[in-house]
Amino acid sequence: MEKINSLTKLRTLKEEYKSLMKHRFVNEEINSNQKSNTLSANTNRALKDILVCGGTGCEASGSINVSKVFIKEVENLGLQDRVKIIKTGCFGFCEKGPIVKIMPDNIFYIEVDEEKAKLIIEEHIVKGNLADSCLYNLPNTEQKLPHQNDLPFYKKQMRIALRNCGLINPEDIRECIAVDGYEALGRALIEMDPLQVINEVKKSGLRGRGGGGFPTGTKWEMTRKSESDIKYVICNADEGDPGAFMDRSILEGDPHSVLEAMAIAGYSMGATKGYIYIRAEYPLAINRLRIAIKQAYDIGLLGENILGSGFSFDVDLVYGAGAFICGEETALINSIEGGRGEPTVKPPYPSQIGLWKKPTNINNVETLANINPILLRGADWFSSIGTEKSKGTKVFALAGKINNVGLVEVPMGITLREIIFELGGGIRHNKKFKAVQTGGPSGGCIPEEYLDTPIDYESLTKIGSMMGSGGMIVMDEDDCMVNISKFYLEFSVDESCGRCTACRIGNKRLHEILTDISEGKGTMEHIEGLKSLGNIIKDASLCGLGQSSPNPILSTINFFLDEYIAHVKDKTCPAGVCTSLLKYHINEEKCIGCTACAKSCPVKAISGEVKSPHIINKELCIKCGACEAKCKFNAITRR
Amino acid sequence: MTDYKLDKEKLKKLEEYIDSMEKKEGALINILHEAQDMFGYLPEDLQLFIARKLNIPAAKVFGVTTFYSFFTMEPHGKHVISICMGTACFVKGAEKILKEFKNKLNIKDNNTSEDGLFTIDTLRCVGACGLAPVVTVDGKVYGRVKVEDVEKILSEYTNG
Amino acid sequence: MKMVNATINGFQVSVPEGTTILDAAKKVNVKIPTLCYLDLHDIKMVNRTASCRVCLVEIEGRRNLAPACATEVFEGMIIKTDTLRTIKARRTMVELLLSDHPTDCLVCEKNTQCQLQLIAAELGIRKIKYKGDMSNYKKDSSSGALYRNLDKCIMCRRCETMCNEVQTCHILSAVDRGFETVVAPAFGWPMLETMCTFCGQCVAVCPTAALTQVSNVSKVWDVLADPDRYVIVQTAPAIRAALGEKFDMEPGTIVTGKMAAALRRLGFRKVFDTDFAADVTVVEEAHEFIDRLQKGGTLPILTSCCPSWVKFIEHQFPALVDVPSTCKSPHIMFGAIAKTYLAEKMDIDPSKIVVVSIMPCIAKKYEITRPELEHEGQKNVDIVITTRELTDMINEAGLDFRNLPEEDFDHPLGESTGASVIFGTTGGVIEATLRTAYEWLTNETLEKVEFHDVRGLEGLKEAVININGEDIRIGVAHGLGNARALLESIESGKSKYHAIEIMACPGGCIDGGGQPYHFGNIEIVKKRMEALYNEDRNKKLRKSHENPAVIKLYEEYLGEIGGEKAHYLLHTHYTPRKRI
Repeated sequence: MEKINSLTKLRTLKEEYKSLMKHRFVNEEINSNQKSNTLSANTNRALKDILVCGGTGCEASGSINVSKVFIKEVENLGLQDRVKIIKTGCFGFCEKGPIVKIMPDNIFYIEVDEEKAKLIIEEHIVKGNLADSCLYNLPNTEQKLPHQNDLPFYKKQMRIALRNCGLINPEDIRECIAVDGYEALGRALIEMDPLQVINEVKKSGLRGRGGGGFPTGTKWEMTRKSESDIKYVICNADEGDPGAFMDRSILEGDPHSVLEAMAIAGYSMGATKGYIYIRAEYPLAINRLRIAIKQAYDIGLLGENILGSGFSFDVDLVYGAGAFICGEETALINSIEGGRGEPTVKPPYPSQIGLWKKPTNINNVETLANINPILLRGADWFSSIGTEKSKGTKVFALAGKINNVGLVEVPMGITLREIIFELGGGIRHNKKFKAVQTGGPSGGCIPEEYLDTPIDYESLTKIGSMMGSGGMIVMDEDDCMVNISKFYLEFSVDESCGRCTACRIGNKRLHEILTDISEGKGTMEHIEGLKSLGNIIKDASLCGLGQSSPNPILSTINFFLDEYIAHVKDKTCPAGVCTSLLKYHINEEKCIGCTACAKSCPVKAISGEVKSPHIINKELCIKCGACEAKCKFNAITRR
Repeated sequence: MTDYKLDKEKLKKLEEYIDSMEKKEGALINILHEAQDMFGYLPEDLQLFIARKLNIPAAKVFGVTTFYSFFTMEPHGKHVISICMGTACFVKGAEKILKEFKNKLNIKDNNTSEDGLFTIDTLRCVGACGLAPVVTVDGKVYGRVKVEDVEKILSEYTNG
Repeated sequence: MKMVNATINGFQVSVPEGTTILDAAKKVNVKIPTLCYLDLHDIKMVNRTASCRVCLVEIEGRRNLAPACATEVFEGMIIKTDTLRTIKARRTMVELLLSDHPTDCLVCEKNTQCQLQLIAAELGIRKIKYKGDMSNYKKDSSSGALYRNLDKCIMCRRCETMCNEVQTCHILSAVDRGFETVVAPAFGWPMLETMCTFCGQCVAVCPTAALTQVSNVSKVWDVLADPDRYVIVQTAPAIRAALGEKFDMEPGTIVTGKMAAALRRLGFRKVFDTDFAADVTVVEEAHEFIDRLQKGGTLPILTSCCPSWVKFIEHQFPALVDVPSTCKSPHIMFGAIAKTYLAEKMDIDPSKIVVVSIMPCIAKKYEITRPELEHEGQKNVDIVITTRELTDMINEAGLDFRNLPEEDFDHPLGESTGASVIFGTTGGVIEATLRTAYEWLTNETLEKVEFHDVRGLEGLKEAVININGEDIRIGVAHGLGNARALLESIESGKSKYHAIEIMACPGGCIDGGGQPYHFGNIEIVKKRMEALYNEDRNKKLRKSHENPAVIKLYEEYLGEIGGEKAHYLLHTHYTPRKRI
C-alpha cells in the first residue's frame, strides 16, 4: 500500500474500505423483519462475515481452533468468496466465550466449540436457519435471544471506547480506517489548530480513566504550556490492577484508536514522540500493537509528515517487567529511563519535568480510546452522557461471583445494582450478594445498602471506594471480608517499591496485624490499630500506591465491622474462609457412616464405625477441607 | 567474552541485539527481557556482560533486575506453572490450587521442584477472568481449574 | 530573584522562589525534624529523596501531608508544622522505623551518635508499638575497612547518593523491592570484591550504624599490653584539626599538644608524627616531578597519598596506572622508615616494632593489606585506627583530654614543617610539593609560599605558576567525581596540566570517612581546613626540604633523594584491576 499523503485521500480510501465491508454492519431492514428462528430467504446467499472473538479470554477457550474449523468448512464447501472469517477484538462477554457473530444477520452465538462451529456452518450458513443450541438463553426462561443488543449483558451498555472491539479485525488497518479510524487525527491536523483540539477535549469533560480522574483536557493544556523543544506523550498500558482487563481488550481489539489519540495529543501540545508502556504479561496486546504500528507507518499515518500536514509523530513500545507501581506516572517514567520504577515527589509534575526531564503527558489507554469519538462527534455529544462531574462512559471488568463475567462499557451515572444484577446477571448459584469491590487494591468494598449509588468519580470516593481503572469484583456470602482485605494488602505489600517508610514498613505491619486477626490472634485494639495506622499511611505515603493501599481495610472495617469482631472476639470466620478459624464438624443426623471422609483425612483425625456417624478430632484437624470435599451427603460443616 | 560462564553463541546474538539498538540509554529493561528470553534467566555473569556492554554500573543492573518480578536469577524448571492470583481468580479459590500444586510437587521454600521439572510462579492477572481460576503451563492456558484437576494437569507433563 | 510569601505556623515569611518549606521555616525559627535529608551542596551532595517521611507538614488545601524538605513554597502557601496530625504522623514514621531496627543501642557503634536514636529521643518515643518481621542480612566486614550491617539500614539513600552522584563509583544501588529493599553492592557481593575504593564517604553520611568502620581498637589495646612489642604511633595532619571536637572544643581548634600527651598516656612507646613522613613524601615526589619534567617522562604527574583514589584509578582507568607518582603515602613511608632507619638507630629488632597509624579515613585500613606495602616480610604499617576510634580509646582510658598538658612529639620522626600540615586538606599536597619543586627548579628562594588558587571547597581548582619562564599548570580535584573528570581528560589526551592532586574525599582528609561526624554541617569542615592553614602559618619552617630531621634521614640512611635506597623503601607500584 502506498502512503496516504492527504486527508482527502484518507477519506476516499475510507469510503472504499467501507463499501468493501458493508455487510459487516447491521442491516436494519433484514433485522426489523426478523422472526425468532428463521432468517430471511435472501440472506443465505448474500455475503457473510463470521466474526470470531480473538480476545485473550476466548483464545484461551479455544477460539483459534474454532476459526480453523470455520475456515476449513467454508473451504470444503467452496464458499470462500462470500463467507469470510474475521478475527475481532474482545466482545466482552467472557463468561460465554468463545463468541461468534454472523453479520450482516446480526446473530450472536455463544460458547462455540469446534462441534458447534460445524453446526453453525451447516445450519446457518448453508441452510439459512438459526443454530438454536448456540444462542443465548435468557435465564429462567425458554427464550432465546439472537441479537447482541437484546442480551441483558449488552442492553444498557454504551460502547464508545470499545466501539470497534468485536467489530473490526484489529490486524487490518483498512478496517479501522473504514470505521473512521484516523479521521479524527486528519481533522485535527488539517482542519483544527492545537488549541482548538485541547479546548474540545476540555469541553467534553473527559477525565482520566486510569483511576486518577484528572481532567484530560487540562492535563494536555499543562504540558502544552510547558516550554521545551522536546516533549513526550506516553500511553500508560501497564494495567496492573489484578482483575482488570479493560485496557488489554482495547489494545487487542482496537489498537489504532490509541495510536491515533497519541498523535492527536502530541499535535495539541507540541510533542513528536510517543511511548506505549505496556506490561510484559500481555503478549497478545503487544503483538497486535506491533502489527498496528507497522501498518500505520507503512501507510504514513505515523511517522513523518502525516497526511501532508507537516506534523510528524513516532511511537515506540516499552515493556514493563512485572511491577504494579510502574503504573504510577513518575515510576513509569523512571522505568522507561531504564531504572527501578520508584516514584518521585510531585510536584514537579511530569507535565513540567517528565521523561528525560522534558515535559511529558501520560494518559491511560481507555482515556485515549475516547479521543477519536470526541473529536468526530463533538464535545457536546460526549458531555451529554454521564453525570454532572463525570462525563462519558466507563469500561468495567466484571468478575467474581457473578453470572456474567466480562467487560462492559456503561454511561456514568448507571447504578451498581444495574450493573451487577442486570448486566451481570446477578450472583452465581443464587447466593446472596455481599459486597462489590471497585478500584482494585486502591479501592474499597461497597455493601448492599449502597448498590443504588450512581457510578461517578465523586460518589464512589464518598463511600470509601474509588472508580479506579475499572476492575469490579463481586463477592457473595462465601467471601470473608477480612480475607479479601488481606489479599489486597498482600498485593500492595508485594508491589510496594520500598522507597518510603509509610508504605514499606507501614503496609507490612498492617498486613501482620490482619494476618493475626485472620488466625484468631487478634484483639479489639488491633482493629482500632488498623484504622489509625491505615489512615496515617494514607496521609504520609509518597505516592498513590501507599496513599490508597489501606482503602480495602478501612472500607471493610467501616461496612463489615461485625465480621472483624467475629474474628477477634468469637474467633470464628462467619464466611467459613479463614483456615485457622474453621471448625470442621460432622452433622450426626446427616452422616451415614460411609467412611469416605475418614479415608481422605491426611492426619487421621476422623474416627467412627462403618454405618455409624463419624466424628472429627478437633485437636488433630489441620483444616485442609479434604473431608468436606469428599462427603456426598453434605454432612460436614466448617463454620 | 572469555570470562563469562555463558553460552557463547547466545551471548553473541545478544550482543548483536544490543548493538542494533538506536538509543541504548533507557534500553536496559528491554535488553534484560531479550536476555532472559534467550537464556531463560539472568545469572550474575549475564548481568555483568550487559553492564559492561552498556557501560552502566553492575550495581544498577542488579538493582533493576531484582526490582521487577518478571526477571529471575534462578534457572527455571523444564515446565513453568503460572497460577493467576488476580482478584477474580483469588475469589474463585486460586490459593487452594497453589497449595495443591506445591503439595503435589513437594515445593516449600524455593519455587522449583527438586527434580528440576517444574517451577511454580504466581502471576497477577492473565486477563482471562472469565475462566477463573486460571493456570498456565508453558503458556498453555487451563481454565476453570479445580483442585482435583491439579494431578491430571501435572501428569500431562510427567508421563510424556 | 522572585520572592514568594507564605505563612508558617502563623508567621509570615518571604523567600526566593524555589526555597523549600524546610529552609523557609528556618527563617522564622521553626524547626522541622528531618532524618534522610542531607544538604551538603558545597560538595555537590544533596540527598532529598523524601523517603523517611519524618519531615511531614500540613499545607492548607492539600489532601495529604507534604515532605518539607522536598516541597517548594508557592505564593500564599499556608503551612502548619505542629498540629496533632503532623505530630502523630511523624511519630508513627519513626515508630515504624524502630519496629524494623535492632534495639541494641547500648552496644552499638553509633550509640549517642545515631540520628535515628536522636530523633526517637526527640519525639519522646517510649514504646515500640509495632512488632513483626524484621530485616535480617549477612554482615560484611570483608574489606577490613568498611563494615556493613544492613539490618540497621533505614533506606535514607544518602550512601547511594554519595557513592553514585558525588564519588561516581556507583558501587551501591537499592536492591529488591518492598519490605526487603536495601542498599547493597552488585549481587550482594562482599565489598572487597567490588570496585569500592573505601573512601568512607558513605560512612561519613550514614545516619545509623548500617555503614561504619571495622574497628581495630581491641587490636591496639592487645598489642599495647604485650610487653614483647614495641608499639609506636603516628598521627595524620587531619587528626589534630578535628580531634578536639569530640571533647567539646570549638571546631577548628588545633590540639596537637594534647593529642601527643594523650597518646603517650595510652601507652605508646614513641609518639611520632605522620607530618614528618609527609615532608619526606614531598621531597621524593618533588624530585620525581622534576625528573619527569626535565627528562620527558609521563606528564601530568598525579599525587598518590590517597589509597582510595589509587584504587579508583586501578579499577576505573587501568590504562593510566603509570601516571601517578610512585611514592607511597606518607604513613606507609613512615612505617618503612620506622622499621629500618629507626630500628637501627634505636637498636630495636624490627620484628618487634608495631606501627599504629591514626588516620582520618578508612581507606588506610584497606591500604595496609596491599601485599606490596611491606619490607622484608613485614608490613610497613600494622594497624590503622581512625580519629573516632582514638576518641573511644581516650574515653576508655578515662583521660580528661581538655585538661591534658601540651606535649611534643618524640624524635627523630616527630619534626615537621608547615608544608606537611596542609597535607590534610584539598590542595595541600600539591601546594607543599610546589614549595619544594619551585625552589629546586629555580634555585631561588620562594617568598610567597601560599598558593591560594588551589585552596577551598571548589571541586575542581587550577593554578598556573611560572617557573623558569615556563607556565606550569596545576590541577586539583577532590571528590572522586571531580577526579573522574580530570582522568577522562588525561585519557583523551586533552589534559593541559603538569601536575594534579587528587583526594577522594570532598574537602580532602579533613572530611575523611574516619573523622568525627559532621552531621551535615559543612561549616565544621571549613573550620578544620582553616585550622590547618593557620597551623602552617604558625610554623617557622614551611618548606619540606628544610626539615632538619628529614635532611638527617637522607644523610644518615637513605642517601640520595630518589636514589636506590629511597626508591626501594619509599616507592611502590599499582595494579590495573578488573572493571566490574
